[in-house]
Amino acid sequence: MSKKQKGQTRVCVYPDWCKGCGLCVAFCPAKVLVLNAFGKSEVANEDECINCGFCELHCPDFAIAIKPRTRSAPGQPDPRSGWSDPEAEHGRASPPEPTPEPNPNPEE
Amino acid sequence: MADVTQLIHDYLRHNKKFPHVFCAGCGHGIVLGSLIRSVHALGLPKDDVVLVAGIGCSGRMAVYVDFNTVHTTHGRALTFATGIKMANPKLKVICVMGDGDALSIGGNHLIHAARRNIGVTALILNNQIYGMTGGQCSSATPQGDISMTTPFGSLEKAFDIADMCKAAGASYVARGTSFHAIQLDRLISSAIMHPGFSVVEVFSPCPTQYGRKNKFRNAVDMYKWLKSNTVKVETLKEPDRKPEDGRIPIGVFRDVEEPGLEERYFELQRKLMGQNR
Repeated sequence: MSKKQKGQTRVCVYPDWCKGCGLCVAFCPAKVLVLNAFGKSEVANEDECINCGFCELHCPDFAIAIKPRTRSAPGQPDPRSGWSDPEAEHGRASPPEPTPEPNPNPEE
Repeated sequence: MADVTQLIHDYLRHNKKFPHVFCAGCGHGIVLGSLIRSVHALGLPKDDVVLVAGIGCSGRMAVYVDFNTVHTTHGRALTFATGIKMANPKLKVICVMGDGDALSIGGNHLIHAARRNIGVTALILNNQIYGMTGGQCSSATPQGDISMTTPFGSLEKAFDIADMCKAAGASYVARGTSFHAIQLDRLISSAIMHPGFSVVEVFSPCPTQYGRKNKFRNAVDMYKWLKSNTVKVETLKEPDRKPEDGRIPIGVFRDVEEPGLEERYFELQRKLMGQNR
């Protein structure tokens, strides 16, 4: 991977959902993640992330999300993804609730 | 790669207890994610998918996803799935079973579902042990491996699920592992779209009950073993024979287009209705 592709992503780990199996830490090709003192996965050097998506695909607990970095001001919704705001997501303990679907039959 | 996790969270029932019950490093979570990604990639609405699960670790999968789900009795997941498919053939019925569920107590149902070629997708999560009940030796535990009930090594040979289903007449047979997640997505997608009975066996490591008794230090070791001990079936010179070095072939073993039982049934129904008029 060329250097240009590094540092374009935000890696978000939700510690409430992480069980500390260490799969992401062991298999990350760029060594972005480490296990912290609590035995949970933590982002160590985010700028090295090459956006391969291994951790996101292989996290058994759905506790890692890779999102593109935004240049918009914090608080503004990111137009490129369905997420509210990657910067605000960064420190969350648990993933956001699913977006509610509109009820087709409001009468019922 | 963006939005994969958000996509999965859109399909989960967040009012259930999360994080899920699977142990740290269990492959079932990866298979659950793969299943959700496959269904999403096919563009199927949530209401058109039925997830039938039996008892065991894999049975918990039906609780967490927001499809039509049935949590059935032990070993009988395929019978419930057969009934659902015959009653409403428009539904995509996915049947999630463990190795104990599919091979031991439900072994008969598996071979007869394969013989009938009913249009159900059977997802067999093979963790080579009875994980939920305390690590007893199952019919998929490899010979010589240690479990709670075989402390000196299992004396029996393990079932080869793919070979058995192929012999019983399933029209789509594939094997994947939870390490090869992208391949697994592809296998599950094509299994769901297949008209007849389709079986996907998934090797899903059980670090808690199987791994720590069989000299795997942690979950990561088991995934490294999966990485180095599997071989793509396309690269084998003789695809019908097992590799002599003991590696596990993964990929699609059989893919033939045969009409499913429900198609033949409704064709017969149409024919007989036409005669009466």
